[in-house]
Amino acid sequence: MDDSRPIFLQIAEKIENDIIEGVLPEESQVPSTNQFAAFYQINPATAAKGVNELVDQGILYKKRGIGMFVKEGSRSVLIEKRKALFYDQYVLSMLREAQKLGITNAEVADMIRKGENG
Amino acid sequence: MSAVIEVNHLRKSYGQVKAIDDVSFQIEADKIYGMLGRNGAGKTTLMHILTAQGFATSGDLKVFGEHPYENEKVLRNICFIKESQKYPDTFSVKNVLDVSADFFPKWDRDFANSLIADFQLPLKRNVKKLSRGMLSSLGIVVGLASRAPLTIFDEPYLGLDAVARSLFYDRLLEDYSEHPRTIILSTHLIDEVSRLLEHVIVIDSGKVILDEETDTIRGRAYAVAGAASKVEDFLRGKQVIHREPFGGLLTAAVIGAGDGRDRHEAEGMGLEIQPVSLQQLVVHLSKINQVQGKEGERA
Repeated sequence: MDDSRPIFLQIAEKIENDIIEGVLPEESQVPSTNQFAAFYQINPATAAKGVNELVDQGILYKKRGIGMFVKEGSRSVLIEKRKALFYDQYVLSMLREAQKLGITNAEVADMIRKGENG
Repeated sequence: MSAVIEVNHLRKSYGQVKAIDDVSFQIEADKIYGMLGRNGAGKTTLMHILTAQGFATSGDLKVFGEHPYENEKVLRNICFIKESQKYPDTFSVKNVLDVSADFFPKWDRDFANSLIADFQLPLKRNVKKLSRGMLSSLGIVVGLASRAPLTIFDEPYLGLDAVARSLFYDRLLEDYSEHPRTIILSTHLIDEVSRLLEHVIVIDSGKVILDEETDTIRGRAYAVAGAASKVEDFLRGKQVIHREPFGGLLTAAVIGAGDGRDRHEAEGMGLEIQPVSLQQLVVHLSKINQVQGKEGERA
């Protein structure tokens, strides 16, 4: 957890990552807010806010008296959402750093191909 | 949401010194609050008044809807763990637990015993012979096992090592999850406890300078760094709370989320956006408060 961004957003992102990576498969149960609170040493109300954020987005749903579960189809929804952010978060900042160092776009493309093979 | 504590225009003066200067706030039920501020900011004075161990010079105070002074009904629902708790000279650790068990209606003996084991406290030892850290641990045991509807810890971890502090945070969160109650943690170790807190009240020079949900404050400010002239261009029209020049460089803390348009603008200018932690934000705001206080005196 980093202390400069809202913790509830970081909890939501952590759950999203687990769903994308398959650690939390669709229709599986998500840890309880008290479990999140204990594991990350955070306030339970903050953990609950993170979980509810994903309920509002339709990624998680509540089974009465049992807990929170990952909704079917949510993995592909999350991947689409992350793809939309990928250009902004990774490509643009990479190109800016490349420009600063005088690396041409062609050289960047070469490096990407190299990374693919390596 | 029901208020456990309501404070209105509270003042406390010692001669010319205004220890508490027109303070108003509410503490809501079943949340964990942080009462943050520098040493001497007025935190302890305020808590003494809240727990009826000191009198306000003027203003209005209600705890559980009533005046706390000599009000046994209210006081039995409050557990105040002080930084320098005094016990009778002849008391052993066990005596402290027995007296606490009698006083606090919701005392949990089994929980107290498990905490004593966790913190490795010697039951038979005289309290006078406990080390500073052990004395702090004993305060934590009493504070947690009391399960008081209003529990206040004032700098509870003097002399405690990192392992014992972490144990305190673990036990606090576990027990709070099962038995929600109002908890106030007063401290200047902001970074370490900020994750535990749902709500933060920052006190400086006897005034409340911030009273907000912790997660709302996170991401409230960001820092921008780069060549001084470019940073100054970027800062135009923005609310700046701190400037730190270094050679020809300037780092400035700005109110805002630091995303979207601001981030694009900064990156487009070759400036770097950095996070501002809760602790840094409190430090910046305290400095602004002190500068304004001095200007007020001169005016």
